[in-house]
Amino acid sequence: MFPLNIRIGFFLAVRALRRASLWTTGLIIFVMVLTFLNLVVISGILVGLLQGAVDAVRTEYTSDVIVSTLSDKSYIENSPNIIAIAASLPDVEGLTARYAEASRLEAGYQTRKASDKPNIANAYVIGIDPREEDAVTGIAADIIEGEFLAPGDYDKIVLGNYLLDQYIPIDTPGLATLDNVGVGSKIRVHVGDVTREVTVKGILKSKVDEIALRAFMVDSQFRSIIGRNDGNVDEIAIKVEEGVDPRDVRDALLLRGVGEEAKVQTFEDAQPQAFKDIIATFNMLGAMFSSIGLVVASITIFIVIFVNALTRRKFIGILKGIGINGRAIEISYVFQSIFYAVIGSAVGLALVYGFLVPYFVANPIDFPFSDGILVAPLEQTFFRVGLLVTSTIIAGYIPAWMIIRKNTLDSILGRN
Amino acid sequence: MIEVRNLKKTFVNGEIETPVLKGIDLKVADGEFIAIMGRSGAGKSTLLYQMSLLDEPTAGEILVDERYAHSMSESEKVQFRLSEFGYVFQDYALLPELTALENVALPLLMKGLGKMLSYHQARAALEKVGVGHRPNNLPSQLSGGEQQRVSIARAIAHNPKILFADEPTANLDNESSHAVLEIFRELHRKGQTIIMVTHEEEFATEAGKIVRIDDGRIVSVEADR
Repeated sequence: MFPLNIRIGFFLAVRALRRASLWTTGLIIFVMVLTFLNLVVISGILVGLLQGAVDAVRTEYTSDVIVSTLSDKSYIENSPNIIAIAASLPDVEGLTARYAEASRLEAGYQTRKASDKPNIANAYVIGIDPREEDAVTGIAADIIEGEFLAPGDYDKIVLGNYLLDQYIPIDTPGLATLDNVGVGSKIRVHVGDVTREVTVKGILKSKVDEIALRAFMVDSQFRSIIGRNDGNVDEIAIKVEEGVDPRDVRDALLLRGVGEEAKVQTFEDAQPQAFKDIIATFNMLGAMFSSIGLVVASITIFIVIFVNALTRRKFIGILKGIGINGRAIEISYVFQSIFYAVIGSAVGLALVYGFLVPYFVANPIDFPFSDGILVAPLEQTFFRVGLLVTSTIIAGYIPAWMIIRKNTLDSILGRN
Repeated sequence: MIEVRNLKKTFVNGEIETPVLKGIDLKVADGEFIAIMGRSGAGKSTLLYQMSLLDEPTAGEILVDERYAHSMSESEKVQFRLSEFGYVFQDYALLPELTALENVALPLLMKGLGKMLSYHQARAALEKVGVGHRPNNLPSQLSGGEQQRVSIARAIAHNPKILFADEPTANLDNESSHAVLEIFRELHRKGQTIIMVTHEEEFATEAGKIVRIDDGRIVSVEADR
């Protein structure tokens, strides 16, 4: 009997939908599309705000795997060996080795009087091979003034934008910045007892602190400034081949004993805990907003189906009167609800994956600390489609059931 | 075939009780054409609803094919209405979003007949009542008379044992009313049992038996007319 009820329910639903007012159907589907977008886009933007930051750190700083100095060492011992091991792994596309040393940058010393406040900033100066660094992180593209370093550069430095007063939007207590410094300015780099006068070749702008608060020099010269000639570096950022899981490369390095001499982390391992907590919090917030959206959609469908069933109560009574099973009539309303939810979700899916996701990839939202994208993983999206369809089915079934269970003759005669 | 014994129906609204049927006894044999007449509020439609299992009497018994109606579950009654009864209502009671053909085919589909067979039977029923040329029209695209014919087609397509008609001509003009009555006459001639409520003397004379009701009681039965 049940399949017959489904058959009849489908028969009635198809005809009710086919001959329904286009405006009404369009409006209901529009509500479903908005609900779907509310479910997917709000949380997607919230998570994407952080994901943009995560992606930027991965792209510009850690790359896929980062090998760094152990906490009780001043650099990575046996670095040349580790670099050779990493470079020999088949899944590694490229790597960049960095020297890092806490330094003091000084500007305006040429004209400064003894009573003037010194124009200084503290920063890590990073010694890099410009070609390898750019090949792995592509930071040359972040240059907003001047040029990026070239392999033969000598006494040239590139500064992160947060080291310069003109690029700090607010006065941050405790953060000293260089005033009146631009491309071509001469500044001093103090590393330990060594002081070197260099020319600013370019300025990098990034939302990643590890880039914006750093200064970059060519490694061959920087090695001599810090007096390290054994080839030991402080960081090695490794880019893996497309489609390779960074954890596999991390594990391969650990298997070869790299872990005894350096910290080996994937970009995810290297994320600060606070970052992970914020992502979890935003996910939770997204879920909360989505839940509200889901309740609103359910109530909308409930009202639509209730009003529909109420105005059609006489016809529901007639159907029951001529022997149509009440279950078949209920199923017809369930089918109508499914239709609204599925079409609404399909339009929403097309909008999200056909337009919004590519749009935000091409035009990220310019948040102060990240370039926000829209994060909409397929499995999560389909889970939400499932949620929407399920809640819509329930919201459509209940009012239909309420009207259908009323006395048949009362329904036919319009009696209460 | 259908028998009512001491049938009573009282409507209750809060503390107000309104007895509408006050003890009706009636037997309808196979193939009879009965007209139930009476003034407005006499209880004729209420009697029809009880006999056709659309409503529950307050007291008394209804036997259909020697089965007691009160012993049937709701789903059994639905099934009984589907397979044994046919209904023609005063306001046609067609589903507005279904075409004439679909309206007639629906009960057949509900009986489990295949789509081809249902539509075939539905088409034959429409032909029988003279609207076979407009199967794909929606009710809103048909005149009142045509809608009532479609309604009759729906009621007879599955060859019911009893055809119940509640004021089938009340909303129709004279020409359409006569056409509907002609269909009833033809159906009766072929052996269809018909129980019809009407307040129009002219149409009641078509029936083989007239049952007159007043104040919830049968006041006369004019048989073998």
